[in-house]
Amino acid sequence: MKLYPTIGLETHAELMTESKLFCSCSAKFGGEENEHCCIGCSGFPGAIPSLNKKALELIVRAGFALDCKISRFTKWERKNYFYPDLPAAYQVSQMERPVCVGGGLEIEAGGETKTIRLNRIHLEEDAGKLNHVGGKSLADYNRTGVPLIEIVTEPDFHSAEEVVAYVEKLRQILQYGDICDGKMEQGSLRCDVNISLAPFGSEKLGTRTEIKNLNSIKAIGRAIAAEIERQTDLLENGEAIIQQTLRFDDATGEIIPMRTKEDAHDYRYFPDPDIPPVVLSEEEIERFRQALPELPGIRLKRYVNDFKLAEKDAVIILNDKRVSDFYDAAVAVHNNPKTLANFIVVELLRRVNLGEADMGALPFSPADFADLQRSVDEGKLNRDVRKDVLREMLESGKSPGQICDEGDLWLKEDSGAVEAVINKVLEANPKAVEQYRNGEVKVFGFLMGQASKELKGSAAPATVKNILESKLKGE
Amino acid sequence: MDLTKLSLKQLNTALSERQISVKEVVGDYLERAKQSDLNAYITLTEETALQSAQTAQKLFDSGESTALTGIPCSIKDNICTAEIKTTNGSKMLENFVPFYDADLIRTLKSQGFVMLGKTNMDEFAMGNSNRTSYFGNVRNPHDRERVSGGSSGGSAAAVAADLCCYSIGTDTGGSIRQPAAYCGITGLKPTYGRISRTGVTAFAGSFDTVGPLAKTAEDCAIIMEALTGEKSYASKIGNGIKGMKIALIKELFTENVDVNVRESVSQTLDFLRSQGAQVEKVSLPALDYAAPAYFTLASAEGVSALSRFDGVKYGLRGEGATYDERLRDSRTRGLGEEVKRRIMLGNFVLSGENMNTYFRKGLAIRQQITREFNALLNDYDVAVSPTSSRSAFSLDEPGDFVKIYSSTLYTVPMNLAGLPCVSTPGVNSVKFDKPYMPIGVSLTGRKFDEATILQVADCIERGRNR
Repeated sequence: MKLYPTIGLETHAELMTESKLFCSCSAKFGGEENEHCCIGCSGFPGAIPSLNKKALELIVRAGFALDCKISRFTKWERKNYFYPDLPAAYQVSQMERPVCVGGGLEIEAGGETKTIRLNRIHLEEDAGKLNHVGGKSLADYNRTGVPLIEIVTEPDFHSAEEVVAYVEKLRQILQYGDICDGKMEQGSLRCDVNISLAPFGSEKLGTRTEIKNLNSIKAIGRAIAAEIERQTDLLENGEAIIQQTLRFDDATGEIIPMRTKEDAHDYRYFPDPDIPPVVLSEEEIERFRQALPELPGIRLKRYVNDFKLAEKDAVIILNDKRVSDFYDAAVAVHNNPKTLANFIVVELLRRVNLGEADMGALPFSPADFADLQRSVDEGKLNRDVRKDVLREMLESGKSPGQICDEGDLWLKEDSGAVEAVINKVLEANPKAVEQYRNGEVKVFGFLMGQASKELKGSAAPATVKNILESKLKGE
Repeated sequence: MDLTKLSLKQLNTALSERQISVKEVVGDYLERAKQSDLNAYITLTEETALQSAQTAQKLFDSGESTALTGIPCSIKDNICTAEIKTTNGSKMLENFVPFYDADLIRTLKSQGFVMLGKTNMDEFAMGNSNRTSYFGNVRNPHDRERVSGGSSGGSAAAVAADLCCYSIGTDTGGSIRQPAAYCGITGLKPTYGRISRTGVTAFAGSFDTVGPLAKTAEDCAIIMEALTGEKSYASKIGNGIKGMKIALIKELFTENVDVNVRESVSQTLDFLRSQGAQVEKVSLPALDYAAPAYFTLASAEGVSALSRFDGVKYGLRGEGATYDERLRDSRTRGLGEEVKRRIMLGNFVLSGENMNTYFRKGLAIRQQITREFNALLNDYDVAVSPTSSRSAFSLDEPGDFVKIYSSTLYTVPMNLAGLPCVSTPGVNSVKFDKPYMPIGVSLTGRKFDEATILQVADCIERGRNR
């Protein structure tokens, strides 16, 4: 009996708002414990919520980016349960009327293209965090009330690979939309995975389990594989799957039960009496739509069709929004998209991958970077020199012009200047000159090297070669 | 001159004309409050009051005083006051000292108010006799063996017994009006949303309102103007009511209403007719379901609002090895019987299928009542009804909660519909109840039209004082 997995996903994405969903506290990650807190987000009596309009705009944006239907009428419910990281003992969420309904995302996995249908996207508040220190649990409510969207798919996945492709693409869209920063390591994007197995071709789905709070793409892939294996073993041994909530231990790769259906909470959802429903006007929805930044799919088309980049290079640049933004800013200064793309893919990203550069904190501007490439493209600088200048820019933060001036790196157009340098090299190496003239032509390479070293790339190698040859032979 | 007998308006005049000083009037009130055996206050804030009195006097001296400057008041103990205990009448918050002021306290502070203390109340405002307070019963100033009403029982008793000039209370299902009626004073539940609830402990967010309890309708109007910054509430005080169309709500004037109360309401209506008003009996059929709908919805909201009291952040810290054990202990010991009953009720109506069977039905009834009430007020200026089916009952009366819940029929419709409603003693009520106990008449108005109901309440007051 071949078993076939069916998987659905709930993705929680923290929105990039300045303040929290229902109060004016900072929504920034980090900070001292309980620094970003007021009576509202720490559960004191008498707090009255006030909806963050930006959060509403961002979820509508997400809806447009993912082809959802935007609800004109939307409202919030309270989800009630006790837990020390939830100071009000209820989470404001959306049950009946989420902001976004339906939608879908096209993914590519295993050489096939398919569309994952979305069920809904709703807007809710995040819970706080518990830090377990020396046998005690300390509550930190900085994250309490941070706006969160929950993107719920239909059970359309049938492999871990598909899920991973979906999460990668979703993350990219949220980042490009300035909706969520996608920092999974900080928990700003995390997934719950629902998995069931059934015999291949069966109409009926098997009993499902849910793995909570996966916060890296790697963990998502591993957890799904581990759970499929666990369920397969059980079913093949004739045992039943228990509907339960699970946790994935990243360190050991183990699936650990949290609670079964029997002790599941009854959340007693009901309309939040302090938050009136919101009615969005067509005009407002349209304004939100127009504010949607260029998404990766559209950028890819622009790179390939307008900039004539190879799709492979375009995809590499688009992979990180900061790189793509940097690239677009550089192209705006120096209109040579192809050489700039090459420079980024071949040189800049190598430095990034080697850990020598950080896209989040480059010491130079896209304009400086573009200037350097312009010098090469205009024949003022030897192409081989640009990587050295780039390194120097990374180290010193100096402008390429200054670096070339100080290092005398500009291409010498005047052959007299090149000749002068070569004369110096010949004078300094009389022995090699003699050897050459005595027929030991292989020392030519040595002299060529010495000359290049002195010239620091400021002359085309062919020119250097011609002058050197004529000097050695002609005299 | 006994300063504690003066109305807010009279006191303000006396202070403005320098006939008396703030210190004198605050001193007199504090003296009375300290000697009182009514248990109206949970916390007396003598020191703060004397400091505020100095600040207030300076405002008079510099000509920056307002209507409330230097007037001694009390604040219900579910309204947060910075650095001053705010117990909500509960053991859970027996030692809870907020670090913040409610919005309305800030507003009052900016006008040089003087707070004498925090008043007793039913625990978390759940109750209508003030007998659910962890801090004990409040006695009715007119008969110490009777209840003060609730949940703002301490506020009403304090005003009635001249232990403060006015008080700020809250009204979720009648908590300002019913104790005002039992204690023989005027209490206004404003339109839902009219006064900020920020810093006021939530019971049921879609019902909760904040409002004044005072000696006269005009005082209520003055307090509303101070709290809202809008000069319209007192605009109709003293105007005649000739030609006004008044509806008597049929469903709230049945055989279930005590004969003395009915007589008082009738006499009041006769008086209003004599002043030129036109009175007709009008039916609001959906009111038959008002009490069950209210208890369904308000208890559900209450469960959620009170869940934050888990002993983790503040409040009674439970003992136990695990979070669950500590949570259970904290709430078992910290919350009283009535609060627990409503938590059970609220959880019941929200659990599983009951959400559809009860809660949604409650929402539908609420909508129907709101529609019917608004339609009535399209045709009439004011709707009249008794505030309670009877006058204050004995402190010893057994707490039959089904009976108690049903008895809220007279006040909850206005909360369900979010309408403003003032309770004021009916004319001649003294003739009907022996020994004398006050009887309250309720006047309900259109949304945000507190001015008209206060005008009628003022008119009744004049009839009373003839």
